[in-house]
Amino acid sequence: MDAELILIQLFSGVALGAILVITALGLSIIFGMLGVVNFAHGALFMIGAYAGLWVASLTGSFWWGLLVAPIMIGVFGMAIEWLLVRPLYGRSVDDPLLLTFGLSYVLVEAVRIVFGNDGIPFPTPSQLTGVANLGVGYFPIYRLFVIVVVAVVLLLLWLALEKTKFGLIVRAGSRDPTIMRVLGVNISKVWLLVFGVGVGLAALGGVLAGPMRTVNPEMGSLVLIEAFVVTVIGGLGSLLGSVVAGLLVGVAISMTALFAPEMGTIVMFALMALVLLVRPRGLFGKAA
Amino acid sequence: MNDAIRNLGQRKISRRAALAGLGAGASFLAMPWVARAADDTIRIGFPTPLTGPYAAEAKDQVKSAELAIKLVNDKGGIGGRKVELLVRDGKLNGGEAATRTLELIEKDKVHAVVGALSSAVQLAVNEVTRARGVIYISISQSDTINEKKDSSKYTFHEAMNPHMTTAAVARHAFKKGNKVAHLVADYAYGHEMLRGFKRAQAAIGAETVGELLHPIGAPDYSTLMPRLRAMKPDILCISNFGRDQANSIKQAVDFGMKQQMKIVVPVLLHNQRLAVGPEVFEGVVGGANYYWELESKLPSAKTFNDAFRAANGGAIPTDYGAYGFTGVSSLLLAMQAAGGTDTEKVVAALEGLKYDVAKGAQHYRKCDHQSVQSVLVLESKKKADMKGANDFFNIVENEAPSEDVLRSCKELGFPA
Repeated sequence: MDAELILIQLFSGVALGAILVITALGLSIIFGMLGVVNFAHGALFMIGAYAGLWVASLTGSFWWGLLVAPIMIGVFGMAIEWLLVRPLYGRSVDDPLLLTFGLSYVLVEAVRIVFGNDGIPFPTPSQLTGVANLGVGYFPIYRLFVIVVVAVVLLLLWLALEKTKFGLIVRAGSRDPTIMRVLGVNISKVWLLVFGVGVGLAALGGVLAGPMRTVNPEMGSLVLIEAFVVTVIGGLGSLLGSVVAGLLVGVAISMTALFAPEMGTIVMFALMALVLLVRPRGLFGKAA
Repeated sequence: MNDAIRNLGQRKISRRAALAGLGAGASFLAMPWVARAADDTIRIGFPTPLTGPYAAEAKDQVKSAELAIKLVNDKGGIGGRKVELLVRDGKLNGGEAATRTLELIEKDKVHAVVGALSSAVQLAVNEVTRARGVIYISISQSDTINEKKDSSKYTFHEAMNPHMTTAAVARHAFKKGNKVAHLVADYAYGHEMLRGFKRAQAAIGAETVGELLHPIGAPDYSTLMPRLRAMKPDILCISNFGRDQANSIKQAVDFGMKQQMKIVVPVLLHNQRLAVGPEVFEGVVGGANYYWELESKLPSAKTFNDAFRAANGGAIPTDYGAYGFTGVSSLLLAMQAAGGTDTEKVVAALEGLKYDVAKGAQHYRKCDHQSVQSVLVLESKKKADMKGANDFFNIVENEAPSEDVLRSCKELGFPA
């Protein structure tokens, strides 16, 4: 096994990690800020891919799909928060979990009824087809583009949370919503927006995944599991944790592929078990 | 009627089923002979993975199986008895499918079972059916089910098997001296296809330069591509199924593999070509049990396609879908010949049956009950060469049915 192969493998791992980060981010944000475990995350990822495909075929441009679909589904997510999740705040954490679990079934079946069980092609945008020579090996240009998008989204999120007044309110609200209410902040509006952003990120993940995988009603089921593993390894609710854990899982999968590729799915669970043994709250989880 | 009531109590029933049951109950009170006729119904159990990565193929199998039953019912059924298909979701899980099959046998009192779309799941279903002496016609690829230890008097295999499929594909796609890299789904189907290809390679003189296994249902293959490329093969042979086929071929093409090697698969799936488009599949070669274009040469294919189109709004039947039709049709023909559902008589009728319902002459070989049938080799067309929306493939080979392409009865462990 030569050094070149190990290097390209390492890079593949980081690239796969970037995809895992974008799929886990929305789940992590909603849990971190609202304490809601969104089991419909995978289904919303899938709906996002369908929405992206729909907008792209309507406008004839992938870029409109990439831009508009996450906003569309984000607004849909806000409607979900407002109509379904909000009445459950203050009750057991199981209630929103069960609700979103049921919702995911409804969404998947609805898509099956409307679009059928067959996968639908989502062509790679023509500007991003082809492979780039990285010196140590070849890599699809589209996947490089995905890494860039993930980096930009992370930067924007960080700026929004750390550098704006709204970000301050969100962070404070996640620590103590009661005090925020006493201080006269309408925390419901903040939560509505946070839920929308989390769902929008799930949809963005779906649109980005479309050209790499086929678009089908069940494309979100494994994504939900991957996103959970990543957030648990990173520490529930920690954004930095999700990023580090996503990259870590990606690299673990690609390194496993060097000697036992059939273990590609199991390795992330093994990693999770290992991390939880050493740090029961995940890598960046805060003590309660 | 008492039976029907007991069944209602034991089964989890949907509202629709409950309403139907109430309706049936009411008509029983009004017209006793209707209920007796219903009791005469021939029931065929059909476990299949309606959910999961093989859902598209499973759905097509159901459509085609329903068509076979509709055609018989339209002609008055079998000996005046109506036939009914009971579809259950096995979720691509051996335990789940075995449980559903057991329920079909014990509670629904099915007369035979057809189905199970996975080489591993069909073996689980076969365990259940053969232990209870119920006829099972498997419509998914497997070599193991042909072998003595898994065989039974009641087990029939309508699908092609990996041995015959890979041999036909390899004869067409591999040349002496070719270097072949294998990407294989890590379960029975993948392992059997790999074994078949390697056996065929040995005969042809094509070398294996490496083999990678991947977990079934994997959505991402990017981490496997650098290693496959480093093997420098002439041929990348991808032995997986359903959405795994679409995703792995799509990503191999994204990684520019097709510029350096030819992609070969054991079975070229209509549904997956549909799911990723012509550009990605262009030039990919693989086997098939059926392709709708056969209708230009085969009258039985034309009849099947036309009936399918009429029942499904103009859609054409797919490869794995066709197994649902040929499998159920062979069973119904045997029941007709046997004059009913007596298991021993139907088994004897299946063993003696010569049928041509969609793809030319077929019959079940005596020793292992493998359906002897034609094997197609297809090549995916360029977009520019497509003459219609469903014109996906060129038929590059149509091997006539022959017992010579099967492993011998002796090799499978049957007494000569």
